[in-house]
Amino acid sequence: MSKLNELGLAEARDALRAGDTTAKELTEACLIAIEAAGALNAFVHKTPELAMERAAAADARLAQGDAPAMCGLPVGIKDLFCTKGVPSQAGSRILQGFLPEYESTVSQNLADSGAVMLGKLNMDEFAMGSSNETSVYGNAVNPWRRGNDVTPLTPGGSSGGSAAAVAADLCLAATGTDTGGSIRQPAAFTGTVGIKPTYGRCSRWGIVAFASSLDQAGPMTKSVRDAAIMLEAMSGHDPKDSTSADLPVPDFEAALTGDIRGKTIGIPKEYRMDGMPAEIETLWSEGIAMMKDAGAEIVDISLPHTKYALPAYYVIAPAEASSNLARYDGVRYGHRAKLDQGDGITEMYEKTRAEGFGHEVQRRVMIGTYVLSAGFYDAYYNRARKVRTLIKRDFETVFAQGIDAILTPATPSAAFGLGEMTDADPVAMYLNDVFTVTVNLAGLPGVAVPAGLDTKGLPLGLQLIGRPWQEADLLNAAYTLERAAGFVAKPAKWW
Amino acid sequence: MLDLTYDTPKPKVIAGAREDWELVIGMEVHAQVSSNAKLFSAASTKFGAEPNSNVSFVDAAMPGMLPTINEYCVEQAVRTGLGLKADINLSSAFDRKNYFYPDLPQGYQISQLYHPIVGEGEVLVELGDGTARLVRVERIHLEQDAGKSIHDMDPNMSFVDLNRTGVALMEIVSRPDIRGPEEAAAYLGKLRQILRYLGTCNGDMQSGAMRADVNVSICRPGQYEKYQATQDFSHLGTRCEIKNMNSMRFIQAAIEVEARRQIAIVEGGGTVDQETRLYDPDKNETRSMRSKEEAHDYRYFPDPDLLPLQIEQAWVDDIAARLPELPDAKKARFISDFGLSDYDASVLTADLDSAGYFEAVAAGRDGKMAANWVINELFGRLKKDDKGITDSPVSPAQLGGVIDLIASDAISGKIAKELFEIVYTEGGDPAEIVEARGMKQVTDTGAIEAAVDEIIAANPDQVAKARENPKLAGWFVGQVMKATGGKANPKTVNQLVSRKLSE
Repeated sequence: MSKLNELGLAEARDALRAGDTTAKELTEACLIAIEAAGALNAFVHKTPELAMERAAAADARLAQGDAPAMCGLPVGIKDLFCTKGVPSQAGSRILQGFLPEYESTVSQNLADSGAVMLGKLNMDEFAMGSSNETSVYGNAVNPWRRGNDVTPLTPGGSSGGSAAAVAADLCLAATGTDTGGSIRQPAAFTGTVGIKPTYGRCSRWGIVAFASSLDQAGPMTKSVRDAAIMLEAMSGHDPKDSTSADLPVPDFEAALTGDIRGKTIGIPKEYRMDGMPAEIETLWSEGIAMMKDAGAEIVDISLPHTKYALPAYYVIAPAEASSNLARYDGVRYGHRAKLDQGDGITEMYEKTRAEGFGHEVQRRVMIGTYVLSAGFYDAYYNRARKVRTLIKRDFETVFAQGIDAILTPATPSAAFGLGEMTDADPVAMYLNDVFTVTVNLAGLPGVAVPAGLDTKGLPLGLQLIGRPWQEADLLNAAYTLERAAGFVAKPAKWW
Repeated sequence: MLDLTYDTPKPKVIAGAREDWELVIGMEVHAQVSSNAKLFSAASTKFGAEPNSNVSFVDAAMPGMLPTINEYCVEQAVRTGLGLKADINLSSAFDRKNYFYPDLPQGYQISQLYHPIVGEGEVLVELGDGTARLVRVERIHLEQDAGKSIHDMDPNMSFVDLNRTGVALMEIVSRPDIRGPEEAAAYLGKLRQILRYLGTCNGDMQSGAMRADVNVSICRPGQYEKYQATQDFSHLGTRCEIKNMNSMRFIQAAIEVEARRQIAIVEGGGTVDQETRLYDPDKNETRSMRSKEEAHDYRYFPDPDLLPLQIEQAWVDDIAARLPELPDAKKARFISDFGLSDYDASVLTADLDSAGYFEAVAAGRDGKMAANWVINELFGRLKKDDKGITDSPVSPAQLGGVIDLIASDAISGKIAKELFEIVYTEGGDPAEIVEARGMKQVTDTGAIEAAVDEIIAANPDQVAKARENPKLAGWFVGQVMKATGGKANPKTVNQLVSRKLSE
């Protein structure tokens, strides 16, 4: 057997049930790997004692034979999830010292399912970013490198720490959140699997909000099967979140038959973009061929409003963020600026927020404030909402025509170098989300599956987009693609 | 049901230095929804709790917390809408009103700007002189209350109490149909009465459960009618909003003084600036709080944490079916069923406790007599002790007992008042008291006749005078009453005296 920390959820689960290993051994293996991986800067708060406690409890349950789905499986939790008594800062200085008195529904669901939390994972500040470089903890680093080139690469963002930790086998799986691609882009950059479920599938309660109408939690894993197992454990109706859907959660793992014969896969022409690297184009074609070989019908489709998605997203998400982040004012918790003699409440707000928020967050708060302002609301926010409706309608139309899933590239490029985009126009960074934001705007499920390597040896991913609430079908399509692609590469350990 | 009809009142006219001016007033009334829990959290709404003791994670806007709607508050808003004969919107939505203030932890107030739960309704405001103003309600929306900032506890620091944060408010917005300070107070009073009948707001203005923003403008006579015909606001003057009023008396004073301020400006050749003002009761003046230019840009947008609020007509119908009898209907019924005057019916229906008390007394008795006793004797006596109807030491059964004794001629009206006082101060069953204390009216003609004979015999001079002038017979009646300790039936005494004098 390979090293315990290198196992996936399904393998480890089976090993635990077979008595081949224990939750304690699995957890210890991960904790050792985490200790050795400081260079990746993936874990920002480690909780080894809590992890060992939970592992012991899991072993006891396993011994009693009443082990739930995730029992004894060590996972990392993105810093965006509030975890009771464990620092939860959303990668921001403004939440310095914040210890929640409550546990997010998703992390609680995982705990109830027996999962063992190893600690909190690095991320872009408030989930705003595509490279993990906006984190107050400094960026996480991608375990993958361009061949022998030692240039440190981004693990993607915002769930960069989660992606790096899973790719580097620091944990068996991790939670991520996805507002415009924050699960799928880092998954693609690190050769891992990431699914953003249908909006409303996972409760948002206890997850620090970025853009409420777009945020969804999801798993980041080493395989599609693992994603199915973990998504099921994370999901479920939560009366504490009004946008959480009161729908039964299917057995996602049971849906993984690998049989997609008779299914129709749509290929949207609008995702064939000018200047797209040839290797992405090639990967996409290969993916189409794989799905066809598996027995799916391939149909060219049109999603005509795709080109307006990115601008609409960068109006709606900042608008909601500007309001969601208003609560970070230094009054009740987190960072409060040191005030000068004579400073009043306005100075307290200004100084606290200037010190507490990084540049990208400040930029988006200002954009959001601007687009909601009197006189600009209709031109920006309302128009973006209309675009959103049209994008949703694009998808509804093709699904009504019989399309079961849509295949696209996950990202327009492989992982880029850390710092490479620092001086670029922020819009260049936003282009990372070009294939993923439509899915958030339409509230659909989307999954990134590793499908190949580029010429420099970096992983590339494909994205499958499914019908609302049909994650089971979507995961089965992803499983089929995964098996056909046969992606087994792992980063060479340098850290 | 009897339809009450009223004349339309004349608008208040204020004479300026040069010409006459009329007032145009619209009100936004914030009424705290009667509910044990807050609008979006399960925290208690109890008034007067220790600071920051009724605060949930949602109220304190902790990271990742989400609002969930309190269904009971929605029901209360619907009930209020139905009580104001308003349209209920089966689909409504919540919006965020964004601004920074320490007592607003979220940095936004959840309100309903674009799609309120209640649409157009109306309130009939009687003015007590046979006239009544029909004030149109534009809308009612649900929103969160803010907390309380306390600036006077420490010279260097401010404190925040979040107990009130997130408590449900209904903002009831009227059309500019109110035409004078008295009408404004009467409108608020009528609204308060209806809400208390409905049980949707306790109407307590002192605790801030009901407060009003008052929009005041002035116009030349005739202009308002043009506005009415066209609904074009340009016929009216520029309005100023007087914020946060929680006293009927101050509302009247503030409107009067604000109107006079605007008249002085316009007659002096100036123009009124649209702005928000505060009323200072000590100086009896309004002061500018912020101008239109300084007005906040609240950046309203639909709250993405809450789905649109969908309610079903059947649910609304069920609430409507369980609606209590409202003041106008009760008053009309009191007039038609009990033969009361408009005034008496108004007094008795002012609140549910009084109306209930009256109905208990009037059941099976003469309604007018019951009204008389409740209003004149009981209310008068309670007022003397600064007590309300719910503190009355006399129960409806006791008061009814007193009235029964009068109706059966067992006691005279005069004795009845003495009896009432005994029941009020000492308690007890009126019939037993009358029996035990020998207060029963003497109706035995023989006994009274003897007393009359005795008085006539003892006063021959008076008899001679009375025979000259029959009006003096009253003196004999008085003497007989005195001799019988007031217990003789006055009617019998009268008859006997006049018969004996004419013999």
